[in-house]
Amino acid sequence: MGLENAIFESLPDVVTVKLDAVVNWARKSSLWPATFGLACCAIEMMNTVSARNDLSRFGAETFRASPRQADVMIVSGRVSRKMAPVLRRIYDQMPEPKWVISMGACATSGGVFDNYAIVQGVDKIVPVDIYVPGCPPRPEMLVHAIMMLQDKIMGESVNDRRDTYHPESRVSVVPGTLPVTEGTALERETKIEVAQNEVSRPYSIPSRHERRKSS
Amino acid sequence: MSEKLHGFVQQLKEENSGWIVDVIDSFGEVTLVVPRESIVDVCWSLKTRHGFDMLADLCGADRGPEEEPRFEVNYHLFSTEHYSRLRLKVLLSEDEPKVPTVTTIWKTADWHERETYDLFGVVFDGHPDLRRILLPSDFDGHALRKDYPLRGYEPYSMN
Repeated sequence: MGLENAIFESLPDVVTVKLDAVVNWARKSSLWPATFGLACCAIEMMNTVSARNDLSRFGAETFRASPRQADVMIVSGRVSRKMAPVLRRIYDQMPEPKWVISMGACATSGGVFDNYAIVQGVDKIVPVDIYVPGCPPRPEMLVHAIMMLQDKIMGESVNDRRDTYHPESRVSVVPGTLPVTEGTALERETKIEVAQNEVSRPYSIPSRHERRKSS
Repeated sequence: MSEKLHGFVQQLKEENSGWIVDVIDSFGEVTLVVPRESIVDVCWSLKTRHGFDMLADLCGADRGPEEEPRFEVNYHLFSTEHYSRLRLKVLLSEDEPKVPTVTTIWKTADWHERETYDLFGVVFDGHPDLRRILLPSDFDGHALRKDYPLRGYEPYSMN
């Protein structure tokens, strides 16, 4: 008689639990980051997954180069205005659910690069869940950010989506860059309407559950 | 080193006296100021007859909006045969920042000229594909001009 039998006998046959709790627990325990190493912060991000800091202790060590396989995008470094549409496109290609960590002062606010070439904060392009300060942040801070994100995930609902079809989150135009939402193949085939108004949009897009909370 | 270079300068002057407006010799480097119309001829002559077979760099410079002529285009030539360097300089006014392309002589000038166009607004006549290369394609203005505001022009401002 092994341990599992003892546990089995002490538990009821059916365990009921909120679906959110189970799903969120599964999601937070296996976050697959999409690397978006853009500058020196990427070095710290690499260090975070290496042996000394070992992000795999928190289930987030599987960095994916393909956005199709990623859950959380770690924007590490300054985003130039030329990179902005690329970043948005990669974010759009990530499947739901998805989260964004803005790593470092440059990704968060432009940092010291307050000039024509750098987007003054990646939240002008994609909705950001966690901001990590620092120049660059230490690996511990990124680990902490992942843990904060895990806490945040536990408070979410399965129904929440960053929703690619929600017009407000689809349209995100950074001044001086090309429009980034000219339509994916999926949209063309299924004839889903994408909002055309690209001029007067707010640049920071709250995720849907945040919007719901505030209203 | 510069005696050898002055030899080339002398030969160029003998070839065509109108090619060289000014000779600047400082820090052991020789710079020839060349009129805009003859830059292609000078480059061709230096490449074919004097062994300056490599265009090491091509860059622009803005002396400031109050200066006349305002813009420079600098051609940094290098010779792999006799291992010497020579700089050509073309001065351009703000009203007509145009210069003939040297892509016909060195293929590598293509992207250098695009960069100079991108950042200074110098137009290279005859360039096969004069587009922006570093800045976004819908960028307003030319970023390395002295009178370009650091944060960009107003409708494009991020703040």
